[in-house]
Amino acid sequence: MRVSLTVNGRPQEADDVWEGESLLYVLRERLGLPGSKNACEQGECGSCTVRLDGVPVCACLVAAGQAEGRDVVTVEGLADHARQRAEGGGTRGTGGSETGTPLRDAQRWKAEGGDSRTGEGTELSPIQQAFLEAGAVQCGFCTPGLLVMADELLERNPNPADADIREALCGNLCRCTGYEKIMDAVRLAASR
Amino acid sequence: MDFLRPASWEEALAAKAEHPAAVPIAGGTDVMVEINFGHRRPDHLLDLNRIGELAEWESGADSVRLGASVPYAAIMENLRAELPGLALASHTVASPQIRNRGGVGGNLGTASPAGDAHPALLAAGAEVEAESAARGSRRIPIDDFYTGVKRNALAPDELIRAVHIKKADGPQQYSKVGTRNAMVIAVCAFGLALHPATRTVRTGIGSAAPTPVRAKTAEEFLNAALEEDGLWDNGETITPSVAQRFADLCAAACNPIDDVRGTAGYRRRAVGVMARRTLTWTWESYRGTRRTLKGAA
Repeated sequence: MRVSLTVNGRPQEADDVWEGESLLYVLRERLGLPGSKNACEQGECGSCTVRLDGVPVCACLVAAGQAEGRDVVTVEGLADHARQRAEGGGTRGTGGSETGTPLRDAQRWKAEGGDSRTGEGTELSPIQQAFLEAGAVQCGFCTPGLLVMADELLERNPNPADADIREALCGNLCRCTGYEKIMDAVRLAASR
Repeated sequence: MDFLRPASWEEALAAKAEHPAAVPIAGGTDVMVEINFGHRRPDHLLDLNRIGELAEWESGADSVRLGASVPYAAIMENLRAELPGLALASHTVASPQIRNRGGVGGNLGTASPAGDAHPALLAAGAEVEAESAARGSRRIPIDDFYTGVKRNALAPDELIRAVHIKKADGPQQYSKVGTRNAMVIAVCAFGLALHPATRTVRTGIGSAAPTPVRAKTAEEFLNAALEEDGLWDNGETITPSVAQRFADLCAAACNPIDDVRGTAGYRRRAVGVMARRTLTWTWESYRGTRRTLKGAA
């Protein structure tokens, strides 16, 4: 079947989608957006977290057909999403050509054009910049999900207490960092 | 596989009538796991996300009509006063991402003994609103709904439209045992509701029997003990011996198994502990409310 949806502010279509396929598979394998990670496939690890109509969800548990006509933001579109929010222009993609992240750009996204360790010269959302600076990234596999989740937390609650951060990120597993640097990163982003 | 996307409730019922083996999918937190792991290959998936009314709730005089797909996150945020036990249970479900998608209709449809909502529904008192195109709507009392391990009273052509849950008329509590605070399937769980209006106590036990169950003998014992000592009126504390007897009877209501999450013996013991604790918490809360009311008068 064909699935039409908005991804990072731009309308997209995926063809030959199997009816039992997940939104995560559509994003990664049909649209070539590997930012959202595929790990547990049962909603336990949070590494595939995306925004679905603004709401953070595990993309592995959304059937592809359920995403028809809906609005998805992935980590590849997070910088643009945060910029639009900061500009007060709303965060919902309109599908217009001036806003959003083109698929080609999103597919090619990497922290280049500058120093990949500092993020300099690359457009990053505040939460991405904070993760870099706080050293909250080790292997990086859980990072996209944590970024999407932490960004949504700060959108809702600009001054979260530690308990709020822990609660918001409790569905995102990280096996490297021990979470302390991640906590630091979210506190840092909030403090700006 | 066919992906059916009814735009209305009537269309959904018609689709279910035509394809009784179709698997309804709303939050996807059970169904997608089975499909991702190849455990299930239904001929038809029946998507309920397009039916807006399933995500709505309505608070009536005595009960809340909770649409089958209202996500746990919305219950926590909006129905804490009306449905405190279910709101607490909702907060123990998995993670924010899962609570944004999953709802009580899915818990009921799957009917796992470990479903987090069940003990709260049993303790509060609830009816499941099920409907088929052929026979219309019916209300299934929650006590008759769970019929076996992952089995329920729904007919193949029926869908769950809503759950009618009694609004709290007294304190309610919910307790769940797991290895950490988030992302756990219950080793066992316990819900308790005081109903001062009828001077009764109701319970619900999760993950400690083939189905979610009430501890009816324990409820009867406690109802009689509270009545006999006039505790609903005088607001005295419940004696440790009464609380312990209640806990023992709750543990005896379990029929657990040994599995990867815990042993049968541990589950029995833990249910007893949770029963005693939730009874103490709710009763102290009830006494506090009484004192406040008396103080204000």
